[in-house]
Order: sequence, then structure tokens, then C-alpha cells
Amino acid sequence: MLDKPTSLATSANGARSVHGILPLELRGLSFESRAGRLIDQIDLVIEDPGISVIMGPNGAGKSLLLRLMHGLIAPSAGQIRWAGVPIKGEMRQRQAMVFQKPVLLRRTAAANIAYALGLRGVARSERRSRAHQALQLAGLESRASTPARVLSGGEQQRLCLARALSLDPDVLFLDEPTASLDPASTLAIERLLVDARSRGIKVIAVTHDVGQARRLAQEIVFLHHGKLIEHQPASRFFREPKSDVARAFVEGGLVV
Amino acid sequence: MLDLSDAFDAALRLIAGLDPQLVEIILLSLQVTLSAVAIAALIGFTLGGMLAVYRFPGRGFLAALLNALMGLPPVVAGLAVYLLLSNAGPLGVLQLLYTPQAMIIAQVILVTPIVAALARQTCEDLLEEYREQLRSLGASPSAIVMTLLWDGRYRLVTAILAGFGRGIAEVGAVMIVGGNIDHVTRTMTTAIALETSKGNISLALALGMILLAIALTINVALMGIRRIASHFAYA
Repeated sequence: MLDKPTSLATSANGARSVHGILPLELRGLSFESRAGRLIDQIDLVIEDPGISVIMGPNGAGKSLLLRLMHGLIAPSAGQIRWAGVPIKGEMRQRQAMVFQKPVLLRRTAAANIAYALGLRGVARSERRSRAHQALQLAGLESRASTPARVLSGGEQQRLCLARALSLDPDVLFLDEPTASLDPASTLAIERLLVDARSRGIKVIAVTHDVGQARRLAQEIVFLHHGKLIEHQPASRFFREPKSDVARAFVEGGLVV
Repeated sequence: MLDLSDAFDAALRLIAGLDPQLVEIILLSLQVTLSAVAIAALIGFTLGGMLAVYRFPGRGFLAALLNALMGLPPVVAGLAVYLLLSNAGPLGVLQLLYTPQAMIIAQVILVTPIVAALARQTCEDLLEEYREQLRSLGASPSAIVMTLLWDGRYRLVTAILAGFGRGIAEVGAVMIVGGNIDHVTRTMTTAIALETSKGNISLALALGMILLAIALTINVALMGIRRIASHFAYA
């Protein structure tokens, strides 16, 4: 059911152009908290319309970087520009994010999606059909009227992704979306991501699962201790990582 | 002289026979407390939701004040409303003293802090979980308040029941501002106090049993609501 052509992509985003969104430029980006400098002077330009995967050991600052890009938190220093425009709150209206731990409202699966559509100003009459489409895409149509929080972990995360995709975002952020999921759910989510990418959605995902990065990524952003260590096309990164930490990480060594 | 089992029998007969005096007192009590709870819920949910979501100066003080007022002795609330509504008071012109309206006002003061504090706690707990997701989706602060109140609906019903329990059982405030006037402001609790002192134990006992039954019903309802909520993982 996940293989059928997507119906979510309407004429509006058939003509989607990543040129309107990219490049994403980070200049001298830092984030500090009482714990110290967690993101350290990152300069990064993302132009590849494919799936960008942010990798690195625990505590490298991956999730933080994602939140900064999405504008959920403000940097201590530096700039973020989307297609040359400094980041603003309204930009989140064209973006969506799926968190590591599914955050679902205490409502049915369908109502969770309809709620998000309502916040984005979609007319009430249109919400139901779009929610239904999104559920179908995620293989959850039979769960439409099930309370979201009694779904299984994998279903909950698929619902989160379906909700994000229903908003028809230009950019989709994912923070370890399959961290604690079974292989079947992981596969279902990865298919949805590849599908989203083919519809022109810019996908930026955090993972520390090397296998997942190999399967999904067109390019890799590798972080360590809050610093940008590498930014390379995925094929090259996995063939010949330039840094020792990245090599150790890719080869499965424990990097601390 | 005073035979308890006779009084008990008489009390049961009053209840079984739907004694008009008894029914009148029960209905007035319910009318006063239900009105007070409805108003308190309106104020308390708004206040609790806003305290959870908005950041403004004095927020911490207001939250602490609400918590303190949860333990406000009913006689003190009654005294405050009495001073407010007495002829010499600022709202004396309304001539509300010794009316059911005065009792409603007093109970609103008693019930609102409970409802507001529980609503704030409910919303804060939910917000901790929802904050980033709602921000990501672009929810405005007022939309967040509505979302939290709706998603906390099961816990808010329990807040309402807790408020109702406090209102229906208190005697100090309604006694002071209502005056326990027969057919006008005589509630279950004030009637029990009066009838007991008069030695009319059977009516007092009958009202006491009704109050107990109400308390029991509330607790059964609370348990039922918790069970439903956990069934849907809404707790």
C-alpha cells in the first residue's frame, strides 16, 4: 500500500521548485547554553535538493542544529538564511518537523492531522479529505478514528510523518525518526521520505544509524562536539571519509 | 429523649417521600453550587490556561496566590463577600446580601482557585510535552491555550468535580452571605447546622445522607472518568 503513486502531491506542488527554498546557508552559527558551546561556529551551505542527513555521535549537536534550522530556537551567534532570506517565524509555515519521540494530541489519528491543517489555515471543509489522503499515504487509513496515543510506536511515528506531509511543506525536518522502531516501521518511514524527496520536498534528517544514512542520504553533514567536521556527497563520504572521527563512526567504532 | 434509630427512620421517610421542604433545600443547594461551578470553570480555565502559556510579570505571584486561595477558609470568603455586599460596602447598592446570588458569588470565590490551579497544572504538564511540536506547527499562544484545555479535558472534568465538592459541602460562606433564610437561602449545609441545633435531627440526618450520596457519586464519577481517559491513553 505504500508503493502506490502518491496522491498528496497536488498540482500546486507539482510545480514545486527547490530554488525557492535553497540554498540554506548557515554562517558562523553558534549556540551556547549553561552547558557550554553546543554548536560551535558552523558554516554550512546546503544546496542539494536531495535528502541531507546530519550524522554524528551522541551529543554532537545534531538535534540542536536541526532546531536552529527550523527556527525553534534562536542561535547565540551567526546567521541562518533560506534562499538568501534571514530566518523568520513565518518560514515555519512552509516547513514541518517530525520529532524523535512522537508528539500526538489526545485525539483520533485523523483529528491530529486535521488539527495541524487547521493551524495552517486550511479550510474546515478541506481538512477531512486531506487528512484522509495523508493517512492513506502512510498506510494508516484503517486507524483514522483510533485515538492516536493507543497506536503502536511505529504507527505513531508514521502518523507524525503523515501529519507533517499533509501540510505539504517545502522542507521536512526529522530528528531520529526511527530511533526506537522495528524494521518494518523503519522501512515504511524511509519509503515515505524517499517519496517525499521525489515530490520535491527538501528533507533534512538527523540519524546516528549509519545504515539508514547509507540508504537515504544524498549528502552527509557530519558533526562532532558541535563542530562541522564534514559535508560531502553521501557516496564520497562513505567511500572515503576525510576525518578520523567520521571514519571511525562509519566503520562502526565507538566515537565519543 | 433522642432516639437515634427513630431519627434515622424519619430521615429515610423524608427522603423516600420526597419531603417538599427537603427537596426545596436540595434544589437550592444544587442551583447555587452548579451556578458557581459554571462561572468558576469559565474563569478558572481561562486563567489556568493563560498562566500556563503566557509569560508576563506577576505570573509567578498569581500562580502562588491561586494555590494559597485553594485553602481559603469558607468563612473568610463569606466575610469578604459580606463586606463587599453589605449596605456600607462598595457593591451595597446591588442589594444582593441574603440572596442566592450572594451565595453564588461567595462560592465562585471558593471554587475558582481550585479549578484554575488544577487547569494550570494540567496545561503546564501538557505544554511540556507539546511545546516544540505546537511551535513547529505554528500555533499562536491563544491557539495553544485552546489546544491544551481541550486535550486536558478529562483532567479538567475532574477539576470541576473537585470544585463542586468544595462548593456543595461548605457551610461558612453561604451561612454568612445567605443568612439561612427559610425558602430563600437555606442550603443543605446551613439547614443541617440549624436543624441540629434545634434538635430536629431527622431533617439534618436526611440532608447529611444526601450530601454523602453526592460525595460518593462524585468519587464514582471521578473513577469512571480516569478509567475512560486511560483507556484512550488520554490521561
